[in-house]
Amino acid sequence: MGIYLIKRVLAIIPIILCLSFLAFVLINLRTSDPAEIALRVNQMTPTEDMVNAMRSTLGLDQPYFVRYFSWISKSIQGDFGESYVTHRPVAEHIATALPSTLQLAAVALLIIIVCSVVVGVLCALYEGSVGDKLMRAFVFLSAAMPSFWIGILLIWLFSVKLGWFDTSGMERVSSVILPAVTLSLGFVSTYIRLIRNNMIKNKNENFVLYARVRGLKESRITLKIFINSMQISMTALGMSIPKLIAGTVVVENIFAWPGIGRLCVSAIFNSDFPIIQAYILIMGVMFVICNLVVDMINMMVDPRLRKEM
Amino acid sequence: MKVIQRLLDDKLAVFCLLVISIVMIAGVLSPVLAPHNPLELNVFNKYAGISKDYPLGTDQLGRCILSRLLYGIRTTIFLALLTMFVTILIGTILGIIAGFFRGKVDEIIMRMCDVMLSFPAEVMILAIVGILGPNLMNVVIANIVAKWAWYTRMIRSVVIQYMDKNYIQFAKVSGCSTSHIMRRHILPGVSGEVAILATLDTGWVILNISALSFLGLGVQAPTPEWGMMLNEAKNVMVTHPTHMLAPGIAILIVVGAFNFLGDSIHSAINPKLYQKKNNRSRMNVFTRNKKFISK
Repeated sequence: MGIYLIKRVLAIIPIILCLSFLAFVLINLRTSDPAEIALRVNQMTPTEDMVNAMRSTLGLDQPYFVRYFSWISKSIQGDFGESYVTHRPVAEHIATALPSTLQLAAVALLIIIVCSVVVGVLCALYEGSVGDKLMRAFVFLSAAMPSFWIGILLIWLFSVKLGWFDTSGMERVSSVILPAVTLSLGFVSTYIRLIRNNMIKNKNENFVLYARVRGLKESRITLKIFINSMQISMTALGMSIPKLIAGTVVVENIFAWPGIGRLCVSAIFNSDFPIIQAYILIMGVMFVICNLVVDMINMMVDPRLRKEM
Repeated sequence: MKVIQRLLDDKLAVFCLLVISIVMIAGVLSPVLAPHNPLELNVFNKYAGISKDYPLGTDQLGRCILSRLLYGIRTTIFLALLTMFVTILIGTILGIIAGFFRGKVDEIIMRMCDVMLSFPAEVMILAIVGILGPNLMNVVIANIVAKWAWYTRMIRSVVIQYMDKNYIQFAKVSGCSTSHIMRRHILPGVSGEVAILATLDTGWVILNISALSFLGLGVQAPTPEWGMMLNEAKNVMVTHPTHMLAPGIAILIVVGAFNFLGDSIHSAINPKLYQKKNNRSRMNVFTRNKKFISK
């Protein structure tokens, strides 16, 4: 286990290096010059001298690999450079935006867990009932509905028509509800299906038969089936967390939620490269670490996986 | 063909196929079917209601919504199909090479895939579009870059299963050339799997393209595109909420049809092939679960 852990942690390093290199290379694939863009976003007409001066302030006159290594070594220390537009450190922007994104993702995660467990278990218990069929229709429907459409439909219904929530922004506690529901809908349908199908599959396992033979209470048997069915969902859920955070991009833009996804999209419109690079790097690291943690938890829970190593 | 027969027996699959074909034909014939030019502005006739002349009314610039919807098929679906085609082409070529030759080539290709898959596709797409700049071609490129690794890995695992089959062993022993074995024996076997993967993912690609256009990162105005139309509808939500319906329902129907069709093809072709555990897929648990979910 210890050796495996070390191996996995070491395997992260090349992945993150590749990722950071990709983020770096892509900028150079762009036909326009970053120095010129850095000037243009501030409404300055770039002259030859100004572009050259900007190049040396941004360090663009240095060789490619020197630039890459200075960028990556600074990034590791949390210094992602300065935004082209506001001239404030990128780290500062991220630090103000990240908590709201995490807050949104946490509420969405809560909704996902509660809804999918309750509905999934009920569907499995009453397999083939009208409710189960309705749920399946809903699952298929929500898989085909674009989240941005759901988002604006919800805004229209609950904010414009009923006036229950704010249309956008993050002024009140209740304003998190609509974005979180929009964000969680796609995931909820996946997990309902996952939990339901796993529980139905496990219903016919030997351990259930044995429990019945022993005369255990039905509620206790259901609980056991549920626990035994959770593992795949747990794995998928762990993998969903970074996806959830990545998925906030669309939702944050609909609801004007001041998070990291909105920061990134506005940075894209402004060609604010340092912010985009920082976003890529942070998301990548988050995803890789989540992967690792989920795999570790699974190893601890399931002895069969430990044998595989 | 047993698979096609099984698929034709499935009423839902036939229905989905019908829906998709109708939509595609409507897309091809949109210049004939559309009552107006989708780009034609008419400020005196904005927000017109449903009428004989404008079956779905007009938008904030007085453009015919139905015409924009029809022309939008071209942008949305044909871009999605182009993306899928290129992705699958790359995935199939690399997957067959990796699965056939194994050894070092396989190792290199698989490590590349590992790196690509260690990153959520959504972020990858945003990163590429963000850095290359928001436009249509970059959205397609981004979707291809984000997805090829997944296909390569899936197709490789299918190829490896085929490599152990007796007829391929026989072909090898009897001295068939490598390219002959690949073309005549492996490609037909793999193509079934590719078909499932492709249909399952087309819906996903359509959602992606329209989501990016919705954010303003994809198709640029005034090109008609469904996500873009929803973005425009969002701005007039308070005064004209019905504008949100047509593009949204269009996306819903098309993506739903592709998803159902993918599921049907999946069960028509023997699903057992999928259950075989691929050791490498441990890294990417989510895709493994995706198969599990769609079973």
